[in-house]
Amino acid sequence: MSDNREQAARNGGPAGPGSGRTRVRPRPARRIRWDDPTTIWRIVIQVLFLAVIVAVGAFFYRNMTESLRSLGLTFNFRWLKLQAGFGISEGIAYDLTDTYGRAFVVGIVNTVKVVFFGIVFASVIGLVGGLARLSSNWLVRALATVYVEVFRNTPLLLQLLFWYGAVILKLPPVRQAVNLFDRVFLSQRGAYIPRFMLVEDIGGWRVFFIAAMAVSVAVYFYRRRQLMLQDRPGFPSVWALASFVVLMAGGWLVLGSPVTVDLPVLQRFNFEGGLQLTPEFTALLLGLSVYTGAFIAEVVRGGIQAVDKGQREAALALGLRPFHVQYLVIIPQALRIIVPPLTSQYLNLAKNSSLAVAIGYPELFNIGTTTMNQSGQTIPVFLVIIACYLSLSLLTSLFMNWWNRRLAYVQ
Amino acid sequence: MAATAPAPRAAVRVRPKDPWPRRTVDWLVKNLFSSWFNTLLTLVSLWVIYFTVTRVWRWATETAVWAVIPANFQLFLVGVYPRDQLWRFHVILGVFAVLTALSVAAALNRDFGRKAMRWLVTPWLLFLPGSMFLLWGLPGSETLPHVQTSSWGGLTLTLVLAAVGIAGSLPIGILLALGRRSSLPVISVFSTFFIETVRGTPLVAIIFMAHLMVPIFLPGVTIDRVIRAMIGLTLFTSAYMAENVRGGLQSIPKGQYEAAQALGMSPALTMILVILPQALRSVLPSIVGQFISLFKDTSLVAIIGLMDLLGIARSITANPAWAGLQAETFLFIAIIYWIFCFALSYGSRRLERMLGLERPS
Repeated sequence: MSDNREQAARNGGPAGPGSGRTRVRPRPARRIRWDDPTTIWRIVIQVLFLAVIVAVGAFFYRNMTESLRSLGLTFNFRWLKLQAGFGISEGIAYDLTDTYGRAFVVGIVNTVKVVFFGIVFASVIGLVGGLARLSSNWLVRALATVYVEVFRNTPLLLQLLFWYGAVILKLPPVRQAVNLFDRVFLSQRGAYIPRFMLVEDIGGWRVFFIAAMAVSVAVYFYRRRQLMLQDRPGFPSVWALASFVVLMAGGWLVLGSPVTVDLPVLQRFNFEGGLQLTPEFTALLLGLSVYTGAFIAEVVRGGIQAVDKGQREAALALGLRPFHVQYLVIIPQALRIIVPPLTSQYLNLAKNSSLAVAIGYPELFNIGTTTMNQSGQTIPVFLVIIACYLSLSLLTSLFMNWWNRRLAYVQ
Repeated sequence: MAATAPAPRAAVRVRPKDPWPRRTVDWLVKNLFSSWFNTLLTLVSLWVIYFTVTRVWRWATETAVWAVIPANFQLFLVGVYPRDQLWRFHVILGVFAVLTALSVAAALNRDFGRKAMRWLVTPWLLFLPGSMFLLWGLPGSETLPHVQTSSWGGLTLTLVLAAVGIAGSLPIGILLALGRRSSLPVISVFSTFFIETVRGTPLVAIIFMAHLMVPIFLPGVTIDRVIRAMIGLTLFTSAYMAENVRGGLQSIPKGQYEAAQALGMSPALTMILVILPQALRSVLPSIVGQFISLFKDTSLVAIIGLMDLLGIARSITANPAWAGLQAETFLFIAIIYWIFCFALSYGSRRLERMLGLERPS
C-alpha cells in the first residue's frame, strides 16, 4: 500500500532521491579488458550469484511441483478457459457460464472504473485541500489541517470498513432515503444519481458539435497569436472554452437538448431510473478519494511552497495581476515539482483499490481470490493478478512521465 | 514619584500595547474577515463546523453504545493472550519506559549524552528480540509456558508486526539498494527487478501470497500464520526501504568516495565506514515515515484472518452481542492508530530538526 510519505515530504528537496529521472549517469563506452584481474572477479561473482538464484529457484520449483502433485494439480493456464460458475455482483455483461478469463476481464474493468473516478475525485479534493492549507483564512487552514492529519494517520482499510459498515450500510432504507435536491438519493442500497443519456436523433448535433469544436480551436490559435504579438499574458484556452460554451448554448436553443436526464424516482419498493451506485462501489470510491486526497493535499501544498518567493515578488513587480501571478507564474512551476510525487500517489490509489476485497466490491483482486478458491490454481492466478497490476502501474506511470516531460523546464 | 514612573517605560515601548478586545478584533479581521471572499469562507467554515459538531455530538451522546469499548478493552490491547501471563506485557512496557526515559535524558544532556547514547544502543537492539522471546515463551517450561501466536492479538500484534517488518526490512533494503547501484549487471538487474515488481504489486496480494504460497514452496515445514504475515510485510517493506536507502546513497557527494580511496580504504570498507553511516543518517526521517506507513499497513493482515487491532475490531462487530456497533468500535481503534502515527510523525519532524536535515524552504 505504501503511501510514500517521504516522497511527499521531500518533494521540495534537491533532486528527489527515488525518482530515477533526475539521475544522469554518463556511461563511457566500455570495452572488456581481459588482462585486468578485477574483470575475472566480477565475472566470477556474477556467475556465483546467478548460480545461487537458480539453485534457490530450482529448489522452490521442485517443492512446488511436488506440492501441486499431492493436490492433484499441474501448473498451467488452461483454467482461464474453464467455466467460472460464480456470480459477480456488478460490472460489464457476465454470466455464470462464462469463463474465468471473462471474469478477470470484468474485474479489470471494475478496477479501472474505480481507479479512474478515484483519481479524478482525489485530485479535486487534494487540490482544494492543498490550497486551503495555504489559505490566509485561519479557520479554513485549520479545517484543512484537521482533514489531512486525520485521514493520513489512520489505515485505509479501517477507513474503508468504516465508510462501508458504519456509514453507508447505516443509511436509512430506500423508502426514507436521504434526498438531495430530488436529484441524488442516498440509502442502504447505495447512491442513486441522475443518468445522462444522448438523445436518439443525434445526427444534427454531431455536425454542430464538430463545427463548434473547429471554431473554438480557431479562436484558441487566433487569441494566442494576438497575445503573442502584443506580448501580453492571458488565457487563450479560456477564450476557446467560452466560445465553445456559447456556441453549444446557441445550439441548445435551436436544436433542443442533446442529452436527456434520467432521474431516479422512488417507486413502491425501489428507485426506478437513474444510475445506481452499489454500496460497495460508493464506499470504495469515497474511501480511496478521501484518503488519497489527504496525501495529494500535502503534495500540492509542498509544491506551491517550494516555488521561490522571489518569483511571486518579481511577477508582482512586473505588474501582473494576482490572478495572473498565481496561474501563469506560481502554478506552472509548482506543477513541475508536484507531478512526480503525484504520480506515486496515483499508483498507490490504483494498488490500494485491491483493498476492496474486504468490503466485497468485485474488482481484480477480489475476482482473483475467488478464482483461486474455486480452481485451486494458486500460483498461476497470482501471476495473472500481478501481471495485471504491473501493467496498470506501467500504463499510469507512462502517462504521468509523458506529462512530466511536457512540463519539464526547457533551457 | 508614582506619576512619573510609567513615563520612561512608555517611551521605551515603541508601540503601546492595545487593550485585548482591540487585539482580538484586529486578529479576527486579519485572519477571518480581511475581504468579502474571506468573510464568505469563514461563514461557510463555521457552518460546516457547526453542522458536523452538532451531528457528531448528538450521535455520540444519544445513539452511540460506548459500552463495547470498556467491555473489550483487554481484547483491543492484547487479544486473547492468556490472562495469567499478562505480567509479560508489564515487564516489556516497564523496560520500554526505562529505556525511553534514559534515551530522552541522554538526548537532553550535553555532557555525557553522546557516551550514554552509545551505551543505550545495545539494549535497544536487544529489546525487540527480547520482547518477542518473552511473548513466545519456552516450549515445555513451567514458569514461562509457550504461547501460540494464534493467541497473540490486538495492539500488541500490530506493534510486533510493524517492528519486525521494519527491523527485517532494513538489512534486506540496504543490500537491495547496494545491489541496484552495483556495477555488476546481473546483480543490479536482479535487485531492480525485485524492487520494481514488489513496488508495483498491492500489499494485500503479497500478504496473500506469503499466506498461501509459503506452504506450497516449503512443504513439510509448518510455518506459523503470524510468521508468514511477517515474511510478506518484510519483503514488501524492504523494496520501499531499498529505494529510501538508495536516495540516501545518491545524496553522498563523490568527494567522500575519493577521499576514502585516497586514504587507502578498500571499496567495502569505504561503504561500511564512510558512505552507509552518512546515507542512513540522511534517510532516517524517511525510515520513520516508512515505519508509520507499515504501522498502518499491518491492518491488512486482518484480511487473512489474523487478530491484530483491526482484526479484533472486526470480530467484535461480528459478535451478535455487539452487532451493529461498527461506528463505535472502528472510531475507537482509529483513535489508537491515529495517536501512534501522529506521535511518530511529530517525533520524526523533531528528529529531522535535531539532525539538521530540514529541507531548505
